[in-house]
Amino acid sequence: MSGTVSRGTLVIDIDRCKGCELCIDACRPNVLSMTTDKRNALGYLYPVLEPGCVACHACALICPDFVFQVWRYAQPVAAGSQGEAI
Amino acid sequence: MKCFIPTDAPPVEPATLVDDFAPPLILPGAHKLCAGCGEPAAMRAVVEMIAEMGFTNRTVGVFGIGCYTAFSPGLDVEVMQALHGRAPSLATGLKRIHPNSIVFTMQGDGDMVNEGLQEVIHTAARGENVTCIMLNNGVFGETGGHMTATTVLGQRTKNSLEGRDAKKHGFPIKMAEMLAPLDGVAYVARGATNNARNVFRTRRMLRSALAAQDQKRGFSFVEILTMCPTGWFIETGEAPGYLQDKMAAFHKMGVIKDAAVASG
Amino acid sequence: MSAELLEGSEAIARAMVSAGCRFFAGYPMTPFTEVLEGMAKLLPDAGGDCVNAESELEAIGMAWGAAAAGARAATGSVGQGLSLMQESIAELCLARVPMVVLNMARGQGDYYQATRGGGHGDYRTIVLAPVDLTEAVRLVQLAFHLADKFRNPVMFMGDYYLAHVFEAVDTGAVDFGTLPRKDWALDGSSSGTGNARIVSSIMPTKRNAPVYVDYGTYLETSGEQVAAIERQMEPMYEQGGCEDADCVIVAYGTPARIVRYVVGQLRREGLRVGFFRPVTLWPFPSAQLVAVTRAARGIGVYELNAGQMIDDVRLAVRDRNATSIGGVSFDSSGFGIAPELTARKVAARIRAFMAEICPGDPA
Repeated sequence: MSGTVSRGTLVIDIDRCKGCELCIDACRPNVLSMTTDKRNALGYLYPVLEPGCVACHACALICPDFVFQVWRYAQPVAAGSQGEAI
Repeated sequence: MKCFIPTDAPPVEPATLVDDFAPPLILPGAHKLCAGCGEPAAMRAVVEMIAEMGFTNRTVGVFGIGCYTAFSPGLDVEVMQALHGRAPSLATGLKRIHPNSIVFTMQGDGDMVNEGLQEVIHTAARGENVTCIMLNNGVFGETGGHMTATTVLGQRTKNSLEGRDAKKHGFPIKMAEMLAPLDGVAYVARGATNNARNVFRTRRMLRSALAAQDQKRGFSFVEILTMCPTGWFIETGEAPGYLQDKMAAFHKMGVIKDAAVASG
Repeated sequence: MSAELLEGSEAIARAMVSAGCRFFAGYPMTPFTEVLEGMAKLLPDAGGDCVNAESELEAIGMAWGAAAAGARAATGSVGQGLSLMQESIAELCLARVPMVVLNMARGQGDYYQATRGGGHGDYRTIVLAPVDLTEAVRLVQLAFHLADKFRNPVMFMGDYYLAHVFEAVDTGAVDFGTLPRKDWALDGSSSGTGNARIVSSIMPTKRNAPVYVDYGTYLETSGEQVAAIERQMEPMYEQGGCEDADCVIVAYGTPARIVRYVVGQLRREGLRVGFFRPVTLWPFPSAQLVAVTRAARGIGVYELNAGQMIDDVRLAVRDRNATSIGGVSFDSSGFGIAPELTARKVAARIRAFMAEICPGDPA
């Protein structure tokens, strides 16, 4: 994971997600996955993001509930500097 | 060990916003459509193409009646609400008065092909310079999942529980193919919103259709296959495949007509 | 403009264009067809558009779109064709879209359709019923004014005679006063501003409106829209000879022209008879009818149908008696040339009615 570079990132409005999982297949670099045990305010599983986003915005275009905000980094960002290992 | 990126706030590193949650032309507020519904992505594609092409401040949408009617008050676009099936004639009247406006209809398959077949055919035949958009999920979604004229053979609906059977329920209609041969028709295409690739293709089709209207080439039509897991009685995760395998096998995707100038 | 000898349909078309009508759509049907022809001939030169719609349903749909775009728009047909337009008329009232709808009727059997409406829900359309072409070319223009003023469809009740009679009429524009600009109309210019306009019979406000109105809430205002027209509009009527009448004859439209003439003749013979002619079939001039029949002994309703306007007469006069002295009358074509509609036959009916009400009086 530490070698993976992200060209973009997302803000996800998880409480609007209705768990349809369309984003998972739409994501080209396969960096979206659904939670397995955490649920949102509506009671649905929701997507979480791993390093490697390319800001292709396919997730945003296909999401029925408009939960994605897509950002493109000015410079690609290395994984280690982004989030926590879980 | 998986490493997850926090997604609850915008990035601290320098970055540009590619897409906000919804395009500015979609007003904030939940639309209350089902999980996995293909219509919001289609609606987003339509308004984003209108904005991208610089047509916003001369655009009027004419909405039919269906689940998508939820967007009639939900768009920052002028809207005229029509009755079931009637949008093409309302669009005609409006376009005759404002010939430089961009007028699109937003209709479902039940609305257009069942109730309003006559209206769309005549509007297309006359070559009215409007863009009709049909969201085709093969069911009357809003009333709970009943058969329409585009329901494919074998498809289960509340009034074809063992699957549509030509002997009992007759054959479905391919709307795009029915309109394409008419002289007044400049552009006909069929797309879908069941996966990212199809969403991108559909966006290009919408651009071409709106361009045909802007260039006054005649009637333009984009049929968009959309998922309705609720009306199809399947899991939301199965819907993209169902669309591809069942719907798109009959209602084939692609550009069906692109006339340089509407003939005649 | 000065008076010109014109056939009714053409005169009505010219009057509509004088009123500023710039969009018309219709489907041919006797005796409405010549109005459509007239508009097809006149509108292009007037900068307007006339479309031969492929069905009555599409005709009213196109007029709806044109009206929502801010133009003065109209459609029309005959009662049978208007039957197809009922859903649209009901929804146009809710959508608050102004429109003039012409019924060039066959006979008088469409009174219920016009005044009660064959559509769904709580709505009414103003209904104007001219007696002759001189009144018609004024009322059809008034129809556009009232439609714009109240943002409601207005129906013009003509008939076969009106369509084909020749009269010397002035079809020049009539000024009924200024009206506010149509700042609700659609042209795309408010899209993307945060204040996009919407014309809808279902959800009349955008989600970001200061007060969002949902469908159910909006439906609850239907009665108020009707009441507002009733409050603001004085019903129109004509009467003659009612001051000393033993019997008052109520009639509308072309038959009222004959009734009016016959009443004049009978009065010259010394019979105490009067006539009352509603010009607005809705709002019906109920209070005015009650006032002129206060001293009368009998109220006779002459209409060429099985008894429709008589309901409104009875609703108005309550415990007084109203009698039908008309009836359905068609020639063999079925288009509404009533063999019954001659001065002699109408006079006979009125005399018979008066003999019944006032036995012993000279008849």
